[in-house]
Amino acid sequence: MRPQAPDFCLSHCRLRRGRDTIRRDRTALALAGRLVYRAAMNSDENADAGTQSGDAPMAAGSAAPDHPAVSAEPELRAEIAAQGPEPVLDLRPEKGFAHILHALRDFRQGMALFRLGWMLGWLDIKLRYRGSMLGPFWMTISTAVLVGSMGVLYAALFHIELRVYLPFLSFSLVLWALLGSTVSEGCATFTRSAGLIHAVRMPFSTHVLRVTVRNFLTFLHSVGVIAIVFMIFHITPTLNWQIPASLMLWGVDLYAITLLVGVLGARFRDIPPVSASVMQILFFVTPVLWKPDLIYTGRQYMLLDPCFPFLEIIRGTFMGTPVRPSIWLMAILYSMILWFISFLLFARMRARLAYWV
Amino acid sequence: MAGVDVSNLTISFPLYHGDARSLKKTLSGALGGRRLSGRFAQDNRNRVTVRALTDISFSLRPGDRLGLIGRNGAGKTTLLRALAGIYEPVEGRVLVRGRIGTLLDTSLGMNPELSGRENIRLRGLFFGLSDKAITEVEQDVETFAGLGSFMDLPLKTYSSGMGVRLSFGLATAIMPQVLIMDEWFMAGDESFMRRAAQRISGLVEGAEILVISTHMPEIVEKWCTRLLWMEQGRVVMDGPTDQVLPAYLEAES
Repeated sequence: MRPQAPDFCLSHCRLRRGRDTIRRDRTALALAGRLVYRAAMNSDENADAGTQSGDAPMAAGSAAPDHPAVSAEPELRAEIAAQGPEPVLDLRPEKGFAHILHALRDFRQGMALFRLGWMLGWLDIKLRYRGSMLGPFWMTISTAVLVGSMGVLYAALFHIELRVYLPFLSFSLVLWALLGSTVSEGCATFTRSAGLIHAVRMPFSTHVLRVTVRNFLTFLHSVGVIAIVFMIFHITPTLNWQIPASLMLWGVDLYAITLLVGVLGARFRDIPPVSASVMQILFFVTPVLWKPDLIYTGRQYMLLDPCFPFLEIIRGTFMGTPVRPSIWLMAILYSMILWFISFLLFARMRARLAYWV
Repeated sequence: MAGVDVSNLTISFPLYHGDARSLKKTLSGALGGRRLSGRFAQDNRNRVTVRALTDISFSLRPGDRLGLIGRNGAGKTTLLRALAGIYEPVEGRVLVRGRIGTLLDTSLGMNPELSGRENIRLRGLFFGLSDKAITEVEQDVETFAGLGSFMDLPLKTYSSGMGVRLSFGLATAIMPQVLIMDEWFMAGDESFMRRAAQRISGLVEGAEILVISTHMPEIVEKWCTRLLWMEQGRVVMDGPTDQVLPAYLEAES
């Protein structure tokens, strides 16, 4: 049996019964809430208040043994029992292959805690808008304004029809914003979760998932703008295998990027400024603002920029322009290299992360 | 059967920040042959490290209540974190059998912006519980902590006592077999301490092993059956409370 939840003062006993009624009758909330508030505050001051309320808990606990035991928790017990034999934590310095195995185990445990990672990311977004008036719509509005103004200006500069350029630009900018936030937020993946890392042992991949989810949800804010632009200009995606394939590749790659810069950012505090300037350069070198068919001389070198095939597989697919097989090939090749590097780095450094943050 | 086995545990922290690695120091060290003293050491890649724990060994059986005692900086918190699996050993081995409940950080590993209820939910998800079980945990913690309508307010509006009650209630609600607590938790008032003691003793099948760190002799006397006296990251004395505590107090005075 769990202990009888001991009450700390008699008045609180009454209040709790009162609280059950609140659930049924919400109009009583204001009054009772104030009372409960007072009770909570009082119990803080029990030590100062002396024996009068300090001794009450024992009395209340033993005088009312038939008080409904909230701590019976049949479901909790059943679930903990169902989790199998007690977990064993066996930690030794890692040698050789153990790095890889432990990193894989970390990923597996992280997958099992998918709901936790999702919830953490979701709550981050929710917290961002606490106390803001328009909430998430600020993002949508600012994206719309940016796309609208830049679209008109650059269409004129590049001598492209607005009908062609605006959908291209809106899609590119939103995708680039997702990539950019993945890199910049990724740097702080572990450093920002330092409190959590130092408080409980948790798979590190959960922190990576949290940031990936957060970035994804932020990205969803701007998807509405793309949808509206596409509808206005009648752009239809090519419906074939390329849609799920490109989405999946983006998903796993964004995760890998977060992992990579997260580990690096935990060790070297100068990664955020370095990555910011690298992304700045890539932004102008990669066809984000300008269409890839504007370049003639040296277009064979464009595939050397890893961002180009990565961007093109999803942009081409969704905008209904054919994506060359060479671009797909390079995108897959770059993804494999990215995963290889991120995974090895993570495997090597996983056990040290808690020491660094 | 819960159990804790620690053998030859050594933990050292790398010093990357500050001027520990500056070129000048490296050169002058090489030229003058100056040795780093005390708890500073250099690893095989010439990095300066701080020894937080050196060669710690002990094992605990079900029913053991271990107190870690020592001055600030003796390595108590680091040892607790190593037991919780947060710092993986640099040398040696840590083996913990059983579900671990931790009460380590003052921030409790909770998000101060989120409400008590949301934090409980997160912890429930961490233990892989279903919504139904999480609701039970929520009720249990709510009853124990007596936070009333504060449950739905952000943690940052809580008084420190309320924060302690919530985190203690939460750490014990999920029925840990090994409960690891740091001394800040002693910030609770007298009535809370009594209820906390009651709750822990109620978890007979739950918290089979308790490890707490403190520098308050009264706490140790009341709560612990065994003491580990630490100094400079090493174990000075290990034994039953009534033997170690007088020795410790004598050395301190």
